[in-house]
Amino acid sequence: MSERVKAVVGNRLFWPVLALVLLLVSNLFFSRDFFSLEVRDGHLYGSIIDILRNGAPLILVATGMTVVIATGGIDLSVGAIVAIVGGLACYHISTQPDQNSLSGVITAVLMGIGLALVLGLWNGILVAGIGIQPIIATLILMVAGRGLAQMITDDQIITIRSPNYKFIGAGHLFTVPFAILVALLVVLLAVLLTRRTALGMLLESVGGNAEASRLAGIRARRITIMVYVFCGLCAGIAGLMISADVSSADGTRAGLWIELDAILAVVIGGTSLLGGRFSIAGTVLGALIIQTLTTTILTIGVPSDATLLFKALVVTIVCLLQSPQFRAKFIRRRRPPVPPPATPAETPKVEVPA
Amino acid sequence: MTGISKEFPGVRALDNVDFRMFPGEVHALMGENGAGKSTLIKVLTGVYGIDAGTVVLQDRQVNFHAPLQAQQAGVSTVYQEVNLCANLSVAENIFLGRQPRKLGRIQWSAMNKRAAELLQRLELSIDVTRQLSTYSLAVQQMVAIARAIDIDAKVLILDEPTSSLDAGEVAQLFRVIRQLKSDGVAVLFVTHFLDQVYEISDRITVLRNGRLVGEYRTADLPQLELVSLMIGKEMAALEQLDEQPKRQVAALESGQPFIEARGLGRKGVVTPFDMTIHPGEVVGLAGLLGSGRTETARLFFGADRADQGQTLVNGAPVAIRGPMTAMSKAIAFCSENRRTEGLIGELTVRENIVLALQATRGWARPLSRRRQDELVDKYVKALQIRPANPEMQVRNLSGGNQQKVLLARWLITEPRLLILDEPTRGIDVGAKAEIQKLVVELSDGGMAVLFISAELEEVLRLSHKIAVLRDRRIVAELVNDDTVDADRIMSAIASAGRADENLEVTA
Repeated sequence: MSERVKAVVGNRLFWPVLALVLLLVSNLFFSRDFFSLEVRDGHLYGSIIDILRNGAPLILVATGMTVVIATGGIDLSVGAIVAIVGGLACYHISTQPDQNSLSGVITAVLMGIGLALVLGLWNGILVAGIGIQPIIATLILMVAGRGLAQMITDDQIITIRSPNYKFIGAGHLFTVPFAILVALLVVLLAVLLTRRTALGMLLESVGGNAEASRLAGIRARRITIMVYVFCGLCAGIAGLMISADVSSADGTRAGLWIELDAILAVVIGGTSLLGGRFSIAGTVLGALIIQTLTTTILTIGVPSDATLLFKALVVTIVCLLQSPQFRAKFIRRRRPPVPPPATPAETPKVEVPA
Repeated sequence: MTGISKEFPGVRALDNVDFRMFPGEVHALMGENGAGKSTLIKVLTGVYGIDAGTVVLQDRQVNFHAPLQAQQAGVSTVYQEVNLCANLSVAENIFLGRQPRKLGRIQWSAMNKRAAELLQRLELSIDVTRQLSTYSLAVQQMVAIARAIDIDAKVLILDEPTSSLDAGEVAQLFRVIRQLKSDGVAVLFVTHFLDQVYEISDRITVLRNGRLVGEYRTADLPQLELVSLMIGKEMAALEQLDEQPKRQVAALESGQPFIEARGLGRKGVVTPFDMTIHPGEVVGLAGLLGSGRTETARLFFGADRADQGQTLVNGAPVAIRGPMTAMSKAIAFCSENRRTEGLIGELTVRENIVLALQATRGWARPLSRRRQDELVDKYVKALQIRPANPEMQVRNLSGGNQQKVLLARWLITEPRLLILDEPTRGIDVGAKAEIQKLVVELSDGGMAVLFISAELEEVLRLSHKIAVLRDRRIVAELVNDDTVDADRIMSAIASAGRADENLEVTA
């Protein structure tokens, strides 16, 4: 293997990129025009755009999840936050005399985002302030939050008629779906915040070794709280996006299991669940892989009752490919039968030319 | 045990060590950290196999491959950390895995009765059906011992059994040990507390650097000699730092101290003490392992919070609430545990070096990459960090180089007080000499240094003033002039125990 190939393969984004490309290309066999893009009525259309647009909420949630996981934590409550924020925004709009009034929509969005920040702060305080294990601390909001969302929506699906609100999830700006732009913006913001400031390094330090970080003078507590607040914010925006897309809020089903997809995206992206080094780009790739898989299942026509099993199978393969230990073991297992018999066989061979 | 050798990759942990134990005798195994005590115990109990040598138990050569074999042969061990199940009852713990059974059913009443009898033998009458966790550590220790001796022990190994016990509990434990002794059990006792060795043991074996120093009858070995045997003096020959013309402590101390501790202490950890460190002064902390050296230093940095007394920096009282406050006063602390409390193994050399400086600036004011590279480059060169690749993960560096990275992290914060806890432990001789030289240079440049080392020679060579600790208390403070040598420090350590309260030397 040449040095350059080694460098490419050694890059930790190599395997996720490879998996995504393979998934995308495999669609070509089932749908010829999979990669084609067209502009209709000033809007960009195509399978790739669909993947991006449908994947936008997951990308958002997974980005927030990445920074939480980098500190060695986890946030199980993001699905509940999605439901609560969507519910609150839709409820507020539904109480307005004119559901499409711009001021009503803006207040709804601000209320939703404000609540998301508060919920994130709650998680952060439970984890960093009180010292509850992250998985338990966020489990509280995961369960209680569902109940809260159902209370807000009165356990019904709130349907609204507000094109202005719908724009967040289904609108287009400069021919591109607005949801994609929002996700892109948040991802860029996260990358800038972590890589252009020292935040990323401090996060990785806290996640890598909390006690050593404390003794190096890092205010780990403050950073941890910030991270949960950011994760709440990301989930809140995703909540607005999901409810706007369908113009309704469903406290029971909105964002259900999205926390698991988000964690999966983070893991596929190469960030360790133990904390430390993280990669937002990897997470975005992971989220796209999951979304592409969902789309692929539809295009190749896997029977609906086999969908989950198929998905699980592909994800397992991707994760195994990702693991250096597995690759090492796999390669070793294919090779070892060779050397032991080779040694005695070689000895006479040496003697002949000598 | 004769001629025992045990090698780990790169280290010879035990080198031709002989060790014997007699029935009805308490044998203390002594040595500094890393001397090979725990390796010897693990060989004896079958945790490790041996590379060379033989183990003979009651005229029969044995070769334990697993702890269970050793147990069956009558060698029982009670480890420092009580390894019982806190959520089970006392009786269950004692008979775990060997419950008296009849037709597959556990005979609870028989088990509880036998457990009570067993503990009675140890002069302990407690309710054996209660959960173990409801009892104190001392009782739990007794239960562990009860479990150990019920396995018909001929040899009982107690590894640091007293480190978590108070004086009364220790006395109770010793009563039990004496009773076992009179029953003919051979007891191996490991501790860092010298007083306890002299109180309970009949025979002492000293190890140093994996070698046998000697076996002595306790009555024939004065404490002072024991300490010097444990520490050894061969290090002096290894390195020669040019004998510094000792700066006059009087001159150094004429100005205002950089930091002053008044009655600083932490309950149960460090007995309140006074100490001053002046700019340009190196204060050494000497004492055996577990004497409270690290704990004392941690109070200065706020790594642990002091709950008594106060700290003055440049004459003004400062409440050091945590590392951040200490760092804002230009205090730096290199922990003795590089891996667990110092470096972030996953991050690069560069990131580890700039970490503390970045932490003081906060996350919003990042050091520019160019400035980082400048600083890192300078210190990688100045401290000769090898390999000189700032983008390498720090966990892949050798111990000495990791130590230099940790030093670099603090040096770029330009501290006025540098606390070095065992900066030369576990690193090779060359790196050791470099670090010692650095300490001299830094203090010449006006930095105050608090220097901790288990090696007395090193403390003597570098320090202007030496505080001697014993049992978590500063027992003497000596000005390091011509009259002070290793013997004087050792005698301070040894005599403080004998004279106890009367002798609080402040030279």
